[in-house]
Amino acid sequence: MSVGVVLQPQVVEAPALIVPKKRVRSTVAMIDRYKWYEFVAIYAGMAVFLFFVLAPFIEGFLVSLKPLAQLFSTPYSFIPKNGSFDAYFTMWQSVPMLGLHIFNSFFISSVVTAIVIVIVVPAAYAFARFQFPASGLMLGGFLAVNMFSGAVLLIPLFRLMRGLGMLNTYWAMIVPGAAFLIPSSIFLLRTYMLRIPKELDEAAWVDGASRLYTLRRVILPLAMPGIVVVAIMTFIGAYAQQFIFALTFNSKTEYMPLPIGLFAFFGKQEVQWNELMAASFVGIMPVMIVIIFLQRYLVAGLTAGAVKQ
Amino acid sequence: MTSSRSAITFALLLLAPALIYILAIVAYPLVDTIILSFTNAALRPTYDFVGWANYQKIFGAGNFTEIIIRTLVWTFFSVSLKMIIGMYGAVLLNSAIPGQTVFRILTMPPWIVPMAIGIYMWAWMYNGNFGMISGLLQNFGLVDGPVAFLAYGDTAFWATIVTDVWIGVPMVTIYFLAAMQSISKDLYEAAWTDGAGRFYRWRRITLPLMLPAIVTMSLLSLIATFNSFDIIYILTNGGPSGSTTTMIIDTYKTAMGSRN
Repeated sequence: MSVGVVLQPQVVEAPALIVPKKRVRSTVAMIDRYKWYEFVAIYAGMAVFLFFVLAPFIEGFLVSLKPLAQLFSTPYSFIPKNGSFDAYFTMWQSVPMLGLHIFNSFFISSVVTAIVIVIVVPAAYAFARFQFPASGLMLGGFLAVNMFSGAVLLIPLFRLMRGLGMLNTYWAMIVPGAAFLIPSSIFLLRTYMLRIPKELDEAAWVDGASRLYTLRRVILPLAMPGIVVVAIMTFIGAYAQQFIFALTFNSKTEYMPLPIGLFAFFGKQEVQWNELMAASFVGIMPVMIVIIFLQRYLVAGLTAGAVKQ
Repeated sequence: MTSSRSAITFALLLLAPALIYILAIVAYPLVDTIILSFTNAALRPTYDFVGWANYQKIFGAGNFTEIIIRTLVWTFFSVSLKMIIGMYGAVLLNSAIPGQTVFRILTMPPWIVPMAIGIYMWAWMYNGNFGMISGLLQNFGLVDGPVAFLAYGDTAFWATIVTDVWIGVPMVTIYFLAAMQSISKDLYEAAWTDGAGRFYRWRRITLPLMLPAIVTMSLLSLIATFNSFDIIYILTNGGPSGSTTTMIIDTYKTAMGSRN
């Protein structure tokens, strides 16, 4: 008898990690009722908070609309006079490899995510299910990696990358990038796997399934929501933190990710700030849109005790 | 499934890729660093062991203690501000007003965009002649002339903190919000029935129950902030005249300068 028949995934569902989208508020409880001045205060407070969070983006967008001459003129004007979207067209000529930089950012993050997932899934399962000597110590050791940033290990990493012949290739950015994302991903996925009932493994074992089969056919499908969360967190980690390795281990323009590629706008006689901002917005837009749609997974990842900044 | 010998073997096989990867890419360079710190190695094939000489050199350099203190002060203010502003944001996002989903999404961008790009935007904001902050301050008549925030030690120090806080706040806010929403509503209703006001309920229910979340976040934030590199490197590169040089920046500059 096949194990798959016995263990229909829907028979026992792992508790959802996803936070409920919204509380049902068909009838607003008395406790949640605000007086008019409380409403005003909350919205005013929210406006201040969101202004702090979004001000650089507002400024960046306005700068991208201003012609360079107006940008470097005093007195300061918040709203662009005769603003235009010219920078969004001219930037492709100023930095011909811009499209490639945008692609590189995306490509490096994707490969990092793939490597991390392949390595982390079995490791998290081992930590969640098996007692082996020094397992606690090993988990602690992995988490201790978070204490070091790439900057501290830069020189030995440089020597290592040179020794492996990886300098000035994509791998110089991918390999160290993934290393610093593996530990927190193991921890996060382990937390998720601990919530999958152990009885499922045991039932599969009794039915004669091998350990590997159990992992592939029983655990993997049930852990999929958790794996998705880890993948998204890893992607953001890899995407948001592309800087120091790309700055130090790669000098080939065609491999540069967006944050380093943007340096090209500094290289002119005067910094092309409007094109720099336009390029930033265009470069991050695709990822931003995707992540906005996936935002509840981010919340879920944090709730499960993720480690990321 | 018992912890038989074969189970242990299987577990270690599952762990092997992660273990080998971390040993090769993190542990080996770390050991290499420690060994090299006792040598006079530059990027050349041979080197000699020099004992504690390098350590005597950095502690003897005079500004080393200064850099450590500056790093601690910088980290302290940055983490504290992240916690306070994160709590402020979480309380607002937890209130029952229309538009909360949109507000929550709008909180996230600094976290998601590549850090360096957010920092370029701040670099422009801090520009004395053309940036938003100085410009608005002048428009409202709060300052007389342009303020070049990154040109003076004091303002540059705080400017880098503000940018670091800006990058860290979204995650802290969302994390605190999630912790807040996991507190049972019954507690609030009981307190409300007894006539407790909003602030009192926050002070006596929310805050104590969120303490574990606050401690966890503070620790995570502490490590990340202590190792914060990109912000200072891009905005000031440790200047003006060393006023924003933290340990990590000093490490990087020493490494890139002499590759010792």
